[in-house]
Amino acid sequence: MTATITPQVTSPKPDAAPRPAPKRTFRQRLNRWDVKYSPYAYVAPFFILFGLVGLFPLGYTFVVSLNNWNLLTGPGEWVGLGNFAAELSDPFFWNSLFNTVSIFFLSAVPQLIAAVFIAAVLDQNLRAKTFWRMSVLIPYVVTPVAVTLIFSSAFSEKYGLINNILEAVNLDPVMWKTDVFPSHIAIATMVNWRWTGYNALILLAAMQAVPRDIHESAALDGAGQFRRFFSITLPSIRPTMIFVIITATIGGLQIFTEPKLFNPTVSTPGGNDRQYQTTVLYLWDLAFNRQSFGKASAVAWLLFLLIVLFGVLNFLISRRIASTEARVVKRRSAKALARSRAEAELTSGFVPGVEPQLADHPHHTEENR
Amino acid sequence: MTATATRSAPAASSRPAGSSPAKPRRGKGSLGIDKRPGFVTYGVLLAVFLGGALPLWWSFVVGSSDSQVLTATWPPLLPGGQFWQNVGQVVTTVPFWTALGNSIIVSGVITASVVFFSTLAGYAFAKLRFRGREGLLVFVIATLAVPTQLGIIPLFMLMRQFGWTGSLGAVIVPTLVTAFGVFFMRQYLVDVIPDELIEAARVDGASMISTFWHVGVPAARPAMAILGLFTFMTAWTDYLWPLLVVPQNPTLQVALSQLQSAKYVDYSIVLAGAVLATLPLLLLFVLAGKQLVSGIMAGAVKG
Repeated sequence: MTATITPQVTSPKPDAAPRPAPKRTFRQRLNRWDVKYSPYAYVAPFFILFGLVGLFPLGYTFVVSLNNWNLLTGPGEWVGLGNFAAELSDPFFWNSLFNTVSIFFLSAVPQLIAAVFIAAVLDQNLRAKTFWRMSVLIPYVVTPVAVTLIFSSAFSEKYGLINNILEAVNLDPVMWKTDVFPSHIAIATMVNWRWTGYNALILLAAMQAVPRDIHESAALDGAGQFRRFFSITLPSIRPTMIFVIITATIGGLQIFTEPKLFNPTVSTPGGNDRQYQTTVLYLWDLAFNRQSFGKASAVAWLLFLLIVLFGVLNFLISRRIASTEARVVKRRSAKALARSRAEAELTSGFVPGVEPQLADHPHHTEENR
Repeated sequence: MTATATRSAPAASSRPAGSSPAKPRRGKGSLGIDKRPGFVTYGVLLAVFLGGALPLWWSFVVGSSDSQVLTATWPPLLPGGQFWQNVGQVVTTVPFWTALGNSIIVSGVITASVVFFSTLAGYAFAKLRFRGREGLLVFVIATLAVPTQLGIIPLFMLMRQFGWTGSLGAVIVPTLVTAFGVFFMRQYLVDVIPDELIEAARVDGASMISTFWHVGVPAARPAMAILGLFTFMTAWTDYLWPLLVVPQNPTLQVALSQLQSAKYVDYSIVLAGAVLATLPLLLLFVLAGKQLVSGIMAGAVKG
C-alpha cells in the first residue's frame, strides 16, 4: 500500500477524468456509478432508519394528539386541538411541569458548580492523575434504576440511612417521600450523584485546552491561583459550560426513572399528591394507565416545544458569549504574551520568540490518555 | 449551529500536564504553575471518591445483611454474610438470568449496529464528495438535539401493530442508528484520514467499498471503540422503553425495578439485586475506565 502513495501524477480525481474517450468500457461505467452513488448508499441506512424510528413517530405524535385516541380502542373522533386545550387547563399537567423544572434546577445548578470545582481540582499537576479521573466516574457506571433503588432506600422516611443519621444526631427526620421540596431534593441528589463526575471530566478537558502561555504570563504578572481561575479559566470554558447545560436540559426535562421508582409503595406514580410527578411520568401515566393516547401525545408535543425553546435560548446565548469571549481572550492573551516577552528579554536577554507560540499544547493527547 | 457548541467541548488539544521538557523554563519556582498540589487537593479528591463509592459500598453492606440492618441507629460499615443468600432470593423473585441474557443481546446488537452504520455514514460525510452532502450533514446536526424519545406513543403503536411487543426486536429497532454516532464519527474521520490515502487506494483500483474497508475502518477504529462503549452503556441503562414493550420478557433494568414492586419492600434483597446488576458495568469500568475517561474528555455526549 505504501508504495502507491508515492506521487504518481495522475489527475487528482482519477475517476472523473476519462478524457474524451470514444466509448467507455463496462468496467469504467461501473466505476463511475460506484463513485457517484456509493456515498448515498453509505448514508442511506442512517436516514431511512432514523426517519422510520426517530422522526416519523415524533411527527405522528402530533396526529395522535389531534384525536381522541385510546390505548385499547384505537383512534376515536377528531378533536382538533382539544387535547392541547384540555392539558393546558389541567392542573396536573402544570403540577408536573412545575416539578420537572424544580427538579431540573435543583440538579443543574449545584451540579454545574460542583463539576467546575472538581474539574479545577483535577486540573493540577496531580500524582496518579488517571486514577483520580477515573474515580470521579464511578457513579456513572451505576444505572439509573440501581441509583434510584439505592437512594430510595437511603431516603426512606422510616429506617432510611439519612433519617437514621439525622435522628442519631438529634435532628428531626425529613419526610423525603411525602413533602414536595424534600422529595425534589432527593430526586435531584440521584441525578447529581450520577452526572457530576461525568460533567467534571468534560469541563476538565476544556480547562486543559486553555493555552498555558496565558497562565504563565498571568502568573508573571503576579496573578495567584484563584485570580487565574476566575480571570482566565472560567471565561475560557464558558462555551463548554453552555454545552453541558444544553445536554443537562435535554436530559433533565425528560427525567422519568428516578420519580417512577422513588417510592414503590404508593399507587399514584409520582407520590400520593403527585408531589414529585414529572412531566414524562405524567405522560406515561396518562398513556398507559389512563389509556388516553391522544392527551399523552399532546403532552409529549408540549414538552417537545419546551425543550426546543430551552435549546434555542441556550444556543442564542452560547453563540453570543462564545464569539465575544473568543475575541476577548485572543486580544488579552496576545497583549499579555507581548508584555511577558518584553519583560523576559529585559531581565535575561533571552529571546523566547524563536519557539513556536503554541508548542505548549500539541494536537495530540497521548500523555493524557 | 449546534456544531459550535459541540466543537468547543472536545478539547482537541490538551496540554500534557507534566512540564514540557522542550520548553526552557524561566523563573519556574516563582511562577508555580506546575508545582505539585498539596494535601488539601488530595483530601478533596478523596472526599469526592468516597462520595461516589460509599453509596455503592453501603448498598453492598445492606445487600449482604438481613433487613434488620436498616433499623440500627448508626449504619454498620462492614458487610454481613448473607450476600449469596440474598442473591438467591433475587434470582427467584425475578427472572434475573433471562434478563441478563436479554440485556447482553439487546446492548450488543444495538452497539454493533450503531457503530457500523455510524462509521459508514460518518466516513461518507467526512471523506466522499457527493451532491447534497452539506445539506444532509446540517440535517444530522440539527437532529442531534431532537428528543426523539418523545415519539414513544406512535412507536409503541407500531410495535403492537407488528406484534413485536414482548420480543427483543421491539427494544432493539428504535435505537439501531443515532444522529450522534454519525456526527461523532464524521468529526473524528475528517481529520484523521488524509485524502491522499483514499486517492492512492482508488488509483490502485480499489472499489469504493473496499477503500472504505481497508482505509476508512482501520483509521476509525479508536473512535469506533469509544462510540461502542458509550452506545453499550446507553443501551444497557435504558429503562422507559423496555418497560413499555417487554415487561414480561424483561431486560436487566426492568427486572431490577420489579424487585421492589410489592407493597412491602425488602431492601436487603433489592440492594443485593442492585449490586448484582451493577457488577457487569463495574467490570467494564475496571477494564475500560481509561477509555471512558478519554472518550468523555474527547467530547462524548450523554446518550
